[in-house]
Amino acid sequence: MLAFMIRRIIQSIIVMFVVALISFLLFRFVGDPVNQMVGIETTPEQREALRDKLGLNDPVIMQFFGFIKGAAQFDFGVSYQFKRPVAQMIAERAPATLELSLMSAIFALLVGIPMGVYTGLKRNSILSKFFLTVSLVGISLPTFLIGILLIYIFAVQLQVLPSFGRGEVVDIGFWSTGLLTVSGLKALILPSITLGLFQMTLIMRLVRAEMLEVMRTDYIKFARARGLSRTAINFGHALKNTLVPVITITGLQLGSVIAFAIITETVFSWPGMGLLFLHSVQNVDIPIMAAYLMLIGFLFVMINLIVDLLYVAVDPRIRVSGVSQ
Amino acid sequence: MEDKNIKEETNWFARAIDSDIFYSFTRSKLVMVAAFVTFAYFFIALFAPILATQNPFDLGSLDLMDGLTPPAWQEGGSSKFLIGTDDQGRDLLSAIMYGSRISLAVGFTSVFCAALLGISLGLISGYFGGFIDTLIMRIADIQLTFPSILIALLIDGTVSALFPEVRREDSAFWVLVLAISLSFWVQYARTVRSSVLVEKEREYVQAAKLIGLRPFIIMLRHVLPNVLGPVLVIATINLALAIITEATLSFLGVGIPVTQPSLGTLIRIGQDFLFSGEWWITIFPGVALAIIVLSVNLVGDWLRDALNPKLR
Repeated sequence: MLAFMIRRIIQSIIVMFVVALISFLLFRFVGDPVNQMVGIETTPEQREALRDKLGLNDPVIMQFFGFIKGAAQFDFGVSYQFKRPVAQMIAERAPATLELSLMSAIFALLVGIPMGVYTGLKRNSILSKFFLTVSLVGISLPTFLIGILLIYIFAVQLQVLPSFGRGEVVDIGFWSTGLLTVSGLKALILPSITLGLFQMTLIMRLVRAEMLEVMRTDYIKFARARGLSRTAINFGHALKNTLVPVITITGLQLGSVIAFAIITETVFSWPGMGLLFLHSVQNVDIPIMAAYLMLIGFLFVMINLIVDLLYVAVDPRIRVSGVSQ
Repeated sequence: MEDKNIKEETNWFARAIDSDIFYSFTRSKLVMVAAFVTFAYFFIALFAPILATQNPFDLGSLDLMDGLTPPAWQEGGSSKFLIGTDDQGRDLLSAIMYGSRISLAVGFTSVFCAALLGISLGLISGYFGGFIDTLIMRIADIQLTFPSILIALLIDGTVSALFPEVRREDSAFWVLVLAISLSFWVQYARTVRSSVLVEKEREYVQAAKLIGLRPFIIMLRHVLPNVLGPVLVIATINLALAIITEATLSFLGVGIPVTQPSLGTLIRIGQDFLFSGEWWITIFPGVALAIIVLSVNLVGDWLRDALNPKLR
């Protein structure tokens, strides 16, 4: 158990190191930082002085350690385009993305699980077949197209929901939230559905498959023989046992939700980190790209690590094989 | 007995008709429709210059006065532009044909490159094992933790930062292919590696080694043909994914530029006009994209089941 955990943590550190290396190489060698920061009239001497000041003349290995040290203190340098500290810009936009991701995950779970249970229990009903067909379409349609269709229906035709921005936000300390105002909540609806639809179909299909499997097991038969009510069997016994993989997948998908937020944020002009990253790609603003990569990398590695460790805690079989390896 | 006679003089075509795969093909109407749509689409894309009424990439032939014409059945529509025009006066139907051509070309090329890279690395990894295997698989693991769209975006940004002097119109296609294929190779490498690990213990590989063939020849001529089945399935499903990724990148504004719009670019152009009532610029390319992706996905799903003997 302990050996498995230590090995897993060391692996994560290596992955994080590689991500940091890539970010650093991007930061240092793609485009010249000095050229981006100075004007045309700067003399070569001034450039050289700036170079020295930024530490660009140090040995590369020292620069790399400097970069890691800075990253650990959330210092990712200054944006080429906006001339502002990158960390500050990301911090301003993080609440928007995190709220959007959270709401879409809640949407995916609240709709996906009941649909999965229903299609698993009544596999031949017309409604089940309808849900499954819809889910196939949901997987095939690209995220941005779903977003545009939703905008067209609900914002252009029906004019009931806003199609861009966050609505009114309330500042609580450093966190600006859209969850406390009506317009903020309304603005969240369409983006959350767009972002969560793929996860929803995934969860639905997963719950359905698990339910089909669980309903065939002996303990369900035994529960029926004991004369328990249908509700108690379906939800108390069957659903409970399907939830472990569902939680795992939801956890693992959290990273992709944040990445796919790039697309959703573009469609809905949502002022989050994804949109910031996209603009940095379009404008070759390397410090933002590098910082975003580090941040997402860290998030992914942490999520994977936590899910793996949770699995070990929950499932004794992995614990045994972890020791024997 | 007549059956037997027919079978004896079979050529490859008759054998294909007679195979299990073709049988399972004829069993599902949905798959037949999907396959028909897919091929019809390939045909239209391939012969777009002949079929289309206008060349949407030739800016000289476009007339701004024709801009934003609605579809023919709506008021103000013209029979010259069956499903309307975009803001530049491009006939949308022609633009969709040419756009699909680009989308499919990017899709096919990047799937081919990804498969080539993945298969080579998978073969090397599985056949030689040891350090090189560990190295390749660790890189694959790390890459797999990140979603492909993010990797494609990063590669796109890096390339345009490294070569700022290259004009966007000329480079966009290959930048997209590079970005998509570099983000898709992992699946091939993993699948091929695991098949190679099984195959290399078989007698025929041992025999080939015994008669002194070089590893390169064994891998290419003996092992590779036996691991291609799953690769074909991945490639089909990947084609749909590659088309989606291309459309997404173009929609995000880092893909094909507006002078030679692909489906994603057309949707991007149209999004600005959605609110002023010009819905057709977005909706028709969107529908075209959805149809092609859905058809390819259905064919891929069927192929996966049909090639898997356990499910028969």
